[in-house]
Amino acid sequence: MKKFTEVLGKVAPMDRVNVDTDMIIPKQFLKSIKRSGFGPNLFDELRYLDMGEPDKDCSGRPLNEEFMLNKPRYQGSSILLAKQNFGCGSSREHAPWALEDYGFQVLLAPSFADIFFNNCFKNGILPIVLEENIIDELFAEVEAEEGYQLTVDLQNQEIRKPDGGVIPFDVDAFRKHCLLNGLDDIGLTLQEAETIKAFEAQWQQKSPWLFNTIQ
Amino acid sequence: MVMAGKTLYDKLWESHLVKERDDGTALIYIDRQLLHEVTSPQAFEGLRLTGRKPWRINANLATPDHNVPTTKKEREMGIEGIVDPVSKIQVVTLDENCKEFGLAEFAMGDQRQGVVHVVGPEQGATLPGMTVVCGDSHTSTHGALGALAHGIGTSEVEHVLVTQCLIQRKMKNMLIRVNGRLQKGVTAKDVVLAIIGRIGTAGGTGYAVEFGGQVIEEMSLEGRMTVCNMAIEAGARAGMVAVDQTTIDYVKGRAFAPSGDHWEKAVAVWQTLHSDDDAVFDKVIEFQGEEIQPQVSWGTSPEMVLAIDDCVPDPAKEVDATRRGSIERALEYMGLTAGQRIQDIQLDQVFIGSCTNGRIEDLRAAADVVKGRKVADTIKQAIVVPGSGLVKEQAEAEGLDKIFVEAGLQWREPGCSMCLAMNADKLGQGEHSASTSNRNFEGRQGFGGRTHLVSPVMAAAAAVSGRFVDVRELLA
Repeated sequence: MKKFTEVLGKVAPMDRVNVDTDMIIPKQFLKSIKRSGFGPNLFDELRYLDMGEPDKDCSGRPLNEEFMLNKPRYQGSSILLAKQNFGCGSSREHAPWALEDYGFQVLLAPSFADIFFNNCFKNGILPIVLEENIIDELFAEVEAEEGYQLTVDLQNQEIRKPDGGVIPFDVDAFRKHCLLNGLDDIGLTLQEAETIKAFEAQWQQKSPWLFNTIQ
Repeated sequence: MVMAGKTLYDKLWESHLVKERDDGTALIYIDRQLLHEVTSPQAFEGLRLTGRKPWRINANLATPDHNVPTTKKEREMGIEGIVDPVSKIQVVTLDENCKEFGLAEFAMGDQRQGVVHVVGPEQGATLPGMTVVCGDSHTSTHGALGALAHGIGTSEVEHVLVTQCLIQRKMKNMLIRVNGRLQKGVTAKDVVLAIIGRIGTAGGTGYAVEFGGQVIEEMSLEGRMTVCNMAIEAGARAGMVAVDQTTIDYVKGRAFAPSGDHWEKAVAVWQTLHSDDDAVFDKVIEFQGEEIQPQVSWGTSPEMVLAIDDCVPDPAKEVDATRRGSIERALEYMGLTAGQRIQDIQLDQVFIGSCTNGRIEDLRAAADVVKGRKVADTIKQAIVVPGSGLVKEQAEAEGLDKIFVEAGLQWREPGCSMCLAMNADKLGQGEHSASTSNRNFEGRQGFGGRTHLVSPVMAAAAAVSGRFVDVRELLA
């Protein structure tokens, strides 16, 4: 995983509550057995007027000009500003894969769904929970100023605004450590292999029926 | 000072705690991982790229479900019957991965194949007291057995394959108590839809939810699975129900359930799997069973749900701007008008099945409603998709298939089918469905499709009426 330190980028506003992962990446694209290439189909049903298919070239598809990602002012954004319960529904990791592949590195919202929130960190995306009034202010500022940018500094846990304002944020210490160093948490867990083995041995002794072989 | 008692979730957490770390995260041991074809290929690819091996092969069980065709003709052709080449690759990839890494798989053609969340409990592959994960949010289903079960992403599927553990933070405890009794014709599905309608799709975020109260205690294990299945639709990754005699009777004799000496020992342990009387929950929410009516979702989020005799909301009457916007958008997508009666919604398709309502009890209940009746002329297609090969076999042994076919419904082969329409079963643009599945998101059952979530008996009543009706009128 790439190291995540600081992001300076344009902000795209997704003004909708309960954005589900079906909306982020519709099911027909889940048939891929790869982790990459989902970016062109991010928000497919909102972004295009026709129905997307896995092998369809998106460059010639009719765009929904109303959708914010199609507006020139939000092209090239790397920070997504969102509303409550972003990423609810299906556990599909294709959702963060699509966001990452499109170019989003930071998500800002008043709340995220649990599974999605967790999946983001595994893919070098930093989801940040901010107070609702701060999110509302950011929506207003993004709307008011074309090319609005934010700096997200993970090390210092702060977001710096163009007007010099600073918004501090919380992040889980372990996840911060993994993002900053680009660490693969499987490797980290395997360092505990002896502890896991010891746990497993006593657990199997206590509950042998949980270790039945299925065939 | 006396320590407060423990909740069921506390007990399950503590018994699986491998290591607590200074930063507040913990390593939790996973007893069972279930796998399907959609969220596992990238995890196996990760193993190949890093040269890592599965930690404990027999902790895993796979079955293809999302992409499998449900028509008899295609199913008889096996893998070759999957028309969509991309779907086929996914199913073949699961077969190959299971073979390469030596994992147990109920492949297409195996009588035990089916929707992964129906198969696990049915086989005794998921048991009380287990930690169960799957790259699928509806893994919460297995919590009905008194297990800690939740969905994970594909990176975590790989993590569990390689380490048999998950890195977790303990969730908060919530108790949802459903007191009293349900009216006739009101089912587990109506209970959980009513819960989501009240607490909202984020109401359970950050919580492990235990369902209790007389309604849950008197509910069958199948019904409890329906309730726990949709905990995620209320934002809670894990839903669970305490172990009682219903649980133990359900598990007994299943293929991979303990037997002999182990059975007695296991039952003794399982009988401790309930919240202590003095356990403290961070949040308790109460419902009264008698007040719950048959539910129908009208919008594009499971929280947009109403009783059968209600009318679709009018955004003009909503003061909150965000909610007003959501209602307007949902009405537009669903092709409904403000104030329209739920009973006036005309339907095009009916789907009975899924990990929410594809078990034998669901099919019996639906068959009971359609028996001696006919599907309305205006319904283009009504399909019944059993949750597994064994559910199908059982239903056929009871003659349910004949009742459905006689009434004009199609009797299909097991799979996820139109719940998320990754196979050929889907809604056309603008079509309305009465569906026993779990999500009514935009496009979920097909591009431009309009899903209404209901119970199996309400779906059956809708099939024979062409629109939503109160099933209690048909049962009377």
